[in-house]
Amino acid sequence: MASPITALVEWFDSRMPTVGEEYRKHMSEYYAPKNFNFWYYFGALSILVLVIQIVSGIFLTMNYKPDAAQAFGSVEYIMRDVPGGWLIRYIHSTGASAFFVVVYLHMFRALLYGSFKKPRELVWIFGVMIYLCLMAEAFMGYLLPWGQMSYWGAQVIVNLFGAVPLIGPDLAVWIRGDYVVSDATLNRFFALHVIAIPLVLLGLVVAHILALHDVGSNNPDGIEIKKHKDANGRPLDGIPFHPYYTVKDIAGAIVFLAVFSIVVFFMPEMGGYFLEYNNFVPADPLQTPAHIAPVWYFTPYYSILRAVPPLFGSQFPGVMAMGLATLILFFLPWLDRSPVKSIRYRGAYYKTALSLFIVAFLILGYLGVEPTNVWGRFGDWLGGAERATVVSRICTVIYFGFFILMPWYTARDTHKPEPSRVTA
Amino acid sequence: MSQQDKVDKTRRNLVVATGVAGGLASVGVAVPFAASWMPSERAKAAGAPVEADISKLEPGQMMVVEWRSKPVWIVKRTKEQLDGLKKIAAQTADPASEVPQQPDYAKNETRSIKPELLVVVGICTHLGCSPTSKGGDAKADMGADWEGGFYCPCHGSKFDLAGRVYKGVPAPTNLEVPPHTYVSDTTLVLGEDKKGA
Repeated sequence: MASPITALVEWFDSRMPTVGEEYRKHMSEYYAPKNFNFWYYFGALSILVLVIQIVSGIFLTMNYKPDAAQAFGSVEYIMRDVPGGWLIRYIHSTGASAFFVVVYLHMFRALLYGSFKKPRELVWIFGVMIYLCLMAEAFMGYLLPWGQMSYWGAQVIVNLFGAVPLIGPDLAVWIRGDYVVSDATLNRFFALHVIAIPLVLLGLVVAHILALHDVGSNNPDGIEIKKHKDANGRPLDGIPFHPYYTVKDIAGAIVFLAVFSIVVFFMPEMGGYFLEYNNFVPADPLQTPAHIAPVWYFTPYYSILRAVPPLFGSQFPGVMAMGLATLILFFLPWLDRSPVKSIRYRGAYYKTALSLFIVAFLILGYLGVEPTNVWGRFGDWLGGAERATVVSRICTVIYFGFFILMPWYTARDTHKPEPSRVTA
Repeated sequence: MSQQDKVDKTRRNLVVATGVAGGLASVGVAVPFAASWMPSERAKAAGAPVEADISKLEPGQMMVVEWRSKPVWIVKRTKEQLDGLKKIAAQTADPASEVPQQPDYAKNETRSIKPELLVVVGICTHLGCSPTSKGGDAKADMGADWEGGFYCPCHGSKFDLAGRVYKGVPAPTNLEVPPHTYVSDTTLVLGEDKKGA
């Protein structure tokens, strides 16, 4: 006779077989390439961080007050008086930065192994949409503590929309719901941060994974494992996601959580990069802090914004450059003309371009947290221009060059022959 | 093609018409939701004109008034400071105030109604930081030909004592002169143009 547990499973399965079918499709019979390496941890880790953010966020809303008069005080109340409140808040603030760390590494993996290329264009597009949602989520969440950096950061970013020709000023008022960042802005950003954007984000994550599982995962060799199947139609180089990759990802999660805990317990402010010092001062609409910089994950784009000088008496060109720098990611699958996917079989042009791009992105990120006079000025031979501004302009050109010149340099690049089966 | 497979055109047209009507209705329903993001009546009331008493303002002094939650600077300029404006006009990007950053009655050399009294919104036209006042004696930091004005700590934009932006700084335009009017010699109303003007 069947055990009671087996009987229960059968009872359930005969009434709702979808659960078992989906489990097999996405877990126990989803065949992933057997040669995943270090870079393949970050997709699973992004989901882990998403769960951490949702759970810690729900508990923060239980004590937080989305009211300009009470917000700053309620965050301090969470930090000092709510039992364990400091831990929940530090988990959430560290989680925000951790999210961008794992997502940037996850995106870098796609650039390394060509995971954005046919047939995974939709996987990539959903991924870019997740990234944009994440930026909106982080930006709106940063206003909520109602500190000086929250306030003036929001002021600067909403003013970016004000630079749009013709409709700009009205658009900025519409976003703020007031003539300056105010209680109305805080209240609506709270609603968007805790309800609207997380819902969209969850939907996009589901779409990202479904699109991935329909075409199958890429791998460090950038070849399709579905080309070689056994008699049962299973890829010869594939292994079931569960238990093989669930176990591997759990090992990765343990290492990740160890590092995450060190940050939460010993350096939650991360030297002013995860939580900026000026944000421990309540928002003051009449007094700007001496130096405004966004949190580190936005700084590459902030540098691009600053690098573009005002043209025709308008800030709009800089704002447009900043917007295009994110939107250009959508076109990546069609800009790359290389016949091979993985960096292992690509030629010197793509390797050089990718290296330059990463270096430029990191320099832009660094310059974005510093004032523009951080490296002093050039001598008279360059008209005494600020070194940092000149360097950020060069890096901005490299950033866009990586994408715009891609059809040209990938089509002319050499490449090594791909193996027919995955290598170790 | 058998009889059953034929498309019933009347039904299909009705389905399309219903779909279009439903789509329009959805757009219509979105309007009040989008409109709810405009400033509320309370926010508009808080954005109402404010009065400023300038009777105690001595030449060379500056006061800050809050209007629509923004700092508004009122500066009573001395004779020397007004002369200084002419000296540095060539260094400013828009000395004649061609860009409409002021009401027409302030589109003049001093960007003001009364020559000595400057009224500007103290928000940098670059990205909205509030610049700090630097007197004419700050020549050590600001350069030997500095005649007094404002310096934005965020990205280094410089403005003179008429709120005119210097050339070669990130801010694209002069500081905004808010609509304002004098109801008496010592009282100024911010956020309102002169009645009947």
